[in-house]
Amino acid sequence: MAVAAIPTPIVRRTLRMTLASVFGPLGQVFLFVVGSAVVLSVVTVLIAVLLRGTRTDVDLVQATLVILPQVLIDGLVRGFLFATIALGYTMVYGVLEFINFAHGEIFMVGAFAGAAFGSVLASSGVLSALPVPLYVVVAVLVGMAVSGLLAVSIERVAYRPLRGAPRLVPLISAIGVSLLLQDAVRLIANLSGLGFNARFQTPNFGPPIRLAEIPVSPDRAIPLILDVRALTFIIAAILMLIGLNYLVNATKLGTAIRAVAQDRPTASLMGINVNQIIALTFLIGGALGGAAGVLFGIRVGTVNPYVGFLPGLKAFTAAVLGGIGNIPGAMVGGIVLGFLEAFVASYLSLMTAGAFSGASYADIVAFGILILILIFKPSGLLGEAVSQKV
Amino acid sequence: MALLELKNVHTYYGNIHALKGVSFSVEKGEIVTLIGANGAGKSTTLRTISGLLTPRQGEIWFEGQRIDRLPPHEIVARGVLQSPEGRRIFPRLTVRENLEMGAYQRKDKEGIAQDMERVFALFPRLKERLNQKGGTLSGGEQQMLAIGRALMGRPRVLLLDEPSMGLAPVLVEQIFDIIREINQQGTTILLVEQNARLALSIAHRGYVLETGRIVLSGTGQELANNPQVKAAYLGEH
Repeated sequence: MAVAAIPTPIVRRTLRMTLASVFGPLGQVFLFVVGSAVVLSVVTVLIAVLLRGTRTDVDLVQATLVILPQVLIDGLVRGFLFATIALGYTMVYGVLEFINFAHGEIFMVGAFAGAAFGSVLASSGVLSALPVPLYVVVAVLVGMAVSGLLAVSIERVAYRPLRGAPRLVPLISAIGVSLLLQDAVRLIANLSGLGFNARFQTPNFGPPIRLAEIPVSPDRAIPLILDVRALTFIIAAILMLIGLNYLVNATKLGTAIRAVAQDRPTASLMGINVNQIIALTFLIGGALGGAAGVLFGIRVGTVNPYVGFLPGLKAFTAAVLGGIGNIPGAMVGGIVLGFLEAFVASYLSLMTAGAFSGASYADIVAFGILILILIFKPSGLLGEAVSQKV
Repeated sequence: MALLELKNVHTYYGNIHALKGVSFSVEKGEIVTLIGANGAGKSTTLRTISGLLTPRQGEIWFEGQRIDRLPPHEIVARGVLQSPEGRRIFPRLTVRENLEMGAYQRKDKEGIAQDMERVFALFPRLKERLNQKGGTLSGGEQQMLAIGRALMGRPRVLLLDEPSMGLAPVLVEQIFDIIREINQQGTTILLVEQNARLALSIAHRGYVLETGRIVLSGTGQELANNPQVKAAYLGEH
């Protein structure tokens, strides 16, 4: 048989193919982001128009429209927070069909690593002198390294020995790890002087960016502002999502991750070291969680050992919403959930004349969605990819 | 020295004693077939060789080294590749990605590209379907992909588990012609088949497996003419 001396181009991956495999799934995510933002905005404005007559003190439609851009930015930040954490849940579920309930604590440890990093820099006096972008990059890398290695160690110690056990057993182990981490961090934080509520020290991010002035009446205008920390979060999250898509969709290791997720024994017949790929999955998921922790800490200013619990559960909800095991699904689920929460948190009180006020209703919505999805569409929004394994 | 040799291999699924002392050998350049009924232990034998199952007793030797305690990926590294029963292609990877996974441990890009061309020469349909998801292929195409994927690892011995399963007779003939061609290009093949007639027609030697034991062996011709084999596996009386 004649073997072509020079391989034809069809065999080689071209740059175009690489770009397509990275930005194809991201394009899908982008469409969902824009789509859910538009749908939610339209629905909210419609509700405002319908309820206009119920309020005499404020013009509901105008009030709705004025805060809308701010709500969208808030939704995007929440969404990227959930999305980056949700990826850790979904990737691990993809390869092991196991929910790593300690993932929220991996996020929390990342946040504490960032806090410790900030405090060390502050005590040596270099923190305020650091340029903000450099600080962000280094702090995020520190969080990624700590959380990534922690996730790998947890897998090695608490999950791998239970690989053949009934499914409930590693789940219980995960809950144990989660409690252990909360209290271990509490102990270490107190001993090291960081404290239970650890201050997340950063260089000065500067005043918020004024994007525009929204005139509400001839003599009054409301500024549309963008917090630099929020912007940092959004940019960092987008970069991480691009990086993850490149890794998973355009590299051999990423293909191996997907192969292991689809059929573990057959993947080992291809010569893939399955344990190594599972560890790699924990490393990537943990690193994303750690990065999210640091970015979260930068945004909120203080962290405590229980700060991972609620975002962890919500990110799990996001992963289920998008279709657990599905990587673009986790991003879509996270961002859709973030928008929903932001809308509920900002508008529920306004629309009901204060009868339902407070951000706690946002939690009710988030977990209400979890229950509804589990009952009516357990495969999630992008569910087709979650097929039963043969 | 045989290329691949099993010595008194016992494999269990939990308490079920599936292989009860299987011994046979495969010489370099041969097609050797294992035939037998459902549940005789044919696939178990291949799964044991590949390291998916660990024998409780006995030894497996490949090129003078024991491989029966190695994890699957290290067995692949030595050149033992399998196209498993039921094809088991990765349904949500493209045809190209499936083939690339077959070459997972290799680093020689040029060689990988050449082998992909070789696979396309054997199975031109795969080239047409290159960017399609594996799960969308027909049964015959999936079988081609499963064999092609194993070839991408440059096997020193290729283990084929039931390549005829679920395929139309025309396709089966075609697949077997290709198996013979792969062998003539220099790849040693261990073929497990329920379609005994076809398997014996292309095999240099064969073994008959019954409830976890080798009960007969001989050249393909000898086994095809053996009255017991005729009665039990070839449907002749």
